[in-house]
Amino acid sequence: MSRDNGLARPGTAMVRAERVHKSFGRAQVLRGIDLEVGRGEVMCIIGPSGSGKSTFLRCVNHLEKIDAGRLWVNGELVGYRQHAGKLYELRDREICAKRAQIGMVFQHFNLFPHMTALGNVIEAPVRVLKEDKTTAAQRGRTLLERVGLGDWCGAYPRQLSGGQQQRVAIARALAMRPKLMLFDEPTSALDPELVGEVLDVMRDLAATGMTMVVVTHEMGFAREAGDTLVFMDGGTIIEAGHPRNVITSPQHPRTQAFLSKVL
Amino acid sequence: MTSFAEAADGTDGTEPAEEIRAIPVRHPGRWAASAVVLVLVAMLAHSLVSDSTYQWGVFGQYFTSAVILQGLVLTIELTIIAMAIGIVLGVVAAVMRLSPNPVVSGAGWVYVWFFRGTPVLVQLLFWYNISALYPRLSLGIPFGPDFVHGNVNPIITAFTAAILGLGLNEGAYMSEIVRAGLLSVDHGQTEAAQALGMTRGLALRRIVLPQAMRVIIPPTGNETIGMLKTTSLASTIALSELLRATQNIYSRTYQTIPLLIVASVWYITLTSVLSIGQYYLERYFARGSARTLPPTPLKRLRQSLITFHAPRPVIGPSLAPPTNGSRR
Repeated sequence: MSRDNGLARPGTAMVRAERVHKSFGRAQVLRGIDLEVGRGEVMCIIGPSGSGKSTFLRCVNHLEKIDAGRLWVNGELVGYRQHAGKLYELRDREICAKRAQIGMVFQHFNLFPHMTALGNVIEAPVRVLKEDKTTAAQRGRTLLERVGLGDWCGAYPRQLSGGQQQRVAIARALAMRPKLMLFDEPTSALDPELVGEVLDVMRDLAATGMTMVVVTHEMGFAREAGDTLVFMDGGTIIEAGHPRNVITSPQHPRTQAFLSKVL
Repeated sequence: MTSFAEAADGTDGTEPAEEIRAIPVRHPGRWAASAVVLVLVAMLAHSLVSDSTYQWGVFGQYFTSAVILQGLVLTIELTIIAMAIGIVLGVVAAVMRLSPNPVVSGAGWVYVWFFRGTPVLVQLLFWYNISALYPRLSLGIPFGPDFVHGNVNPIITAFTAAILGLGLNEGAYMSEIVRAGLLSVDHGQTEAAQALGMTRGLALRRIVLPQAMRVIIPPTGNETIGMLKTTSLASTIALSELLRATQNIYSRTYQTIPLLIVASVWYITLTSVLSIGQYYLERYFARGSARTLPPTPLKRLRQSLITFHAPRPVIGPSLAPPTNGSRR
């Protein structure tokens, strides 16, 4: 396990993982993940299916509980509070408040089908952050314009193409003014011709300095937009470093084998 | 029929394809079946008109009489209140059964098991006679002193007994319907809601339940129609709802058949109204599930009338977004 990327200093990192373990029943999905994502950093995670990439992402916003190790987001433990050397589970409300600061984009978009594009975007700001509905709607329209869907505010998800749906999902996550954005294979469910429009939006977002962790198979995106590339296999990090270095001269034979298949 | 071929021939120079002129398949069976049905309908119509036991005059005399209308109002009241109790209890019991807390989910299960497992008629009789079991009702510390207490008998009237019996029984059935609806919503929806920082309750109320409604409403409409008819069981506990009102009359006048027809016509009128309401409710909750909703029968009727008068294509109202945005 090598980490030669020294961009982030401990303590100031947006995400910090120390020996994170997670199993589902007998299956060990994560076996000791150590990594750091600095503020403003774009980290791409690649690896074969079942390598634990998505599970790790879901642990970061506590959709999954970790079994062992420590995980911090923005300097605070995920899901727990440490007090006098003891760990206390956070209450539902506290967990929700923390999740509200982390945006997540799913492989299958998971837009709310009974709400319009704008409805999807303003739902959480209005209900969770208690924003005023008209200001939220104004900002929602701006966000939808930003992802190129200004004319589609009133459309229901089913009236949109996959690429458009995913862009609405990104706008929905951004509406919460997140400090960190997690992308779980955002383009894997899309037709090849629709991948580009979603990656364009993500590139723009990366350029604004948003901290992003992206589980992806898009090597082009990882190379251009990523600051760090992490290769995971069998629940551990095999190799990590600058995307160009990892892609052009992978050190580990397993990384070499994987890259030879996907490139 | 030939206009299409001629048009194709006239507009461009290509040779028209040969039109299909086939002899359609004959359906002698359909003609025979239609004849049988027509004869049966004619026989029924004849008996309705000529048979004196129907006593249509008596039907007309009682159909809108005050006693019947009072019974009708009571039937509607019972249906609405018992269904309201049933729906609320159903949602509560369904959420309880899906709770991670084993005591709560177990309690939900026992409720459904008990009230679905005993006949509603028995439950009605039980509630009507509950004062024999618990003659006194009191409010206080469990196993300790009472603060307020009263007799059960004056509280449990026929009306409250009917509402309790029908409502509690309905809640058990509704909970299964609601539970099926909640389970039908993709888990990704809950996850997306949680990822946005919504609490379990908020996600249930704003995201999961509205989507579950599409699955919940058709059987609930069914249940409401069933409830309307089941209220007739309350006639056994001396409640003068629609059926009891007619029974009271024909036990005096012995005009059984016309009065039972009075009740039947009222029941079928009400269930028809409910079916129409259900149709529009389903449409409302189907928004977003289809790209465009089909026109309602009324719209279709209006459209066909318009096209009848002015033969031009009518574009129905659609949910389609503005077309000035390019769809990539």
